[in-house]
Amino acid sequence: MNKVVDNVEKACIGIENGMTIMLGGFGLCGIPENSISQLVKLGTKELTCISNNAGVDDFGLGLLLQNHQIKKMISSYVGENDEFERQMLSGELEVDLIPQGSLAERCRAGGAGIPAFFTPAGYGTEVAEGKEVREFNGKPHILESALTADYAIVKAWKGDTAGNLIFKGTARNFNPMMAMAGKITIAEVENLVPAGELDPNQIHIAGIFVQRIFQGKGYEKRIEQRTVRQKP
Amino acid sequence: MALDKDQIAQRIAQELTDGWYVNLGIGIPTLVANFIPEGIEVEFQSENGILGMGPFPFDGEEDADLINAGKQTITAMKGAAYFDSATSFAMIRGQHVQLTVLGAMEVSENGDIANWKIPGKMVKGMGGAMDLVASADNIIVAMMHTNKKGESKLLKNCSLPLTGVGCVKKVVTNLGVLEIAEGGGFKLLERAPGVSVEEIQKATDGKLIIKGEVPEMVL
Repeated sequence: MNKVVDNVEKACIGIENGMTIMLGGFGLCGIPENSISQLVKLGTKELTCISNNAGVDDFGLGLLLQNHQIKKMISSYVGENDEFERQMLSGELEVDLIPQGSLAERCRAGGAGIPAFFTPAGYGTEVAEGKEVREFNGKPHILESALTADYAIVKAWKGDTAGNLIFKGTARNFNPMMAMAGKITIAEVENLVPAGELDPNQIHIAGIFVQRIFQGKGYEKRIEQRTVRQKP
Repeated sequence: MALDKDQIAQRIAQELTDGWYVNLGIGIPTLVANFIPEGIEVEFQSENGILGMGPFPFDGEEDADLINAGKQTITAMKGAAYFDSATSFAMIRGQHVQLTVLGAMEVSENGDIANWKIPGKMVKGMGGAMDLVASADNIIVAMMHTNKKGESKLLKNCSLPLTGVGCVKKVVTNLGVLEIAEGGGFKLLERAPGVSVEEIQKATDGKLIIKGEVPEMVL
């Protein structure tokens, strides 16, 4: 089955104002750079973005924030972004903060057809407010619901024309679960190869979860915290 | 003398047991990796998706696709593995990680911890902290005994929004090692070299439990 689209313009067709979009990545690692630039170009507004972080001021989701395209962010950690802070404090931006493991599992559940699940994370904190509490094995848990999205946009290292994906290093992070949870999933990849070239044993996400795939270009892959040691 | 941050990390490293998988939080906890006792092998997990995290890369060898949960560039040890975020928290929630070390703004005498939010200030989010504290069997808090204003961080009740309830087992501060006692209270296990019980008492707002002679720690 051929999932290939020519370019990012075609990949992002159908994304409209007010939609819910999942975007893979942890910090700036493994973010769909090409698609974010395209969303900036399209100027799509009132978006609800589900992403672990919100980028930095001038890169990643920070670009959509600068452009006032995001109505609501659903994330676990949003530091490192002055424009985000300004919009949040002024009330322009709605923010829903979720424990990172619950965020990952809610995406996974959304893709796996599980409407809700119990987790101990957040019990006894403000995250638990209004949520059902139930005890299992003597320990209280809270009920968390699944997340899905109109579009999920993910970034992979390699992909084939059938939409199978392989990630590299810690750039995998939220990308696989989000790929599963999108009604339409767009995958941008650093290396697009013909079906049959990837070893089926090595595939991280099967093409069934991917509706559109394209060869990305010009990846900047910015490093947020460059930390090194000197050679002895 | 009260301990510096490196010495707090060094003391916590003495708690490591051969064969453990360990998650280190940002700040003082990260330093624990520098003091692994000889003959002990542990593997570090970073919740963004790596087991077998190694030291920072050499200058010029950074890889944008290889970072830790603090978004710092890292390396991978031999035998490392990468995985997605759901799997990472399955390891944590499923108690496959034996020890979590993290920082805190406040700890209460019944083991509650607050470390993610100061009302009225910018809220950055809890990241993975709530999942970590709710699930880990063995949680050690690494922090200074008092805040910048000199106020105790070991309290009867936390005043800040909680990250988790009744989850902290042990606290290592610049002044000593304390255990959350059954039924509540900070049981003083060790004093930092040259620090008196009275000094620790003065810096502790929550209930301090002293049983017999409290030894000085050996670093």
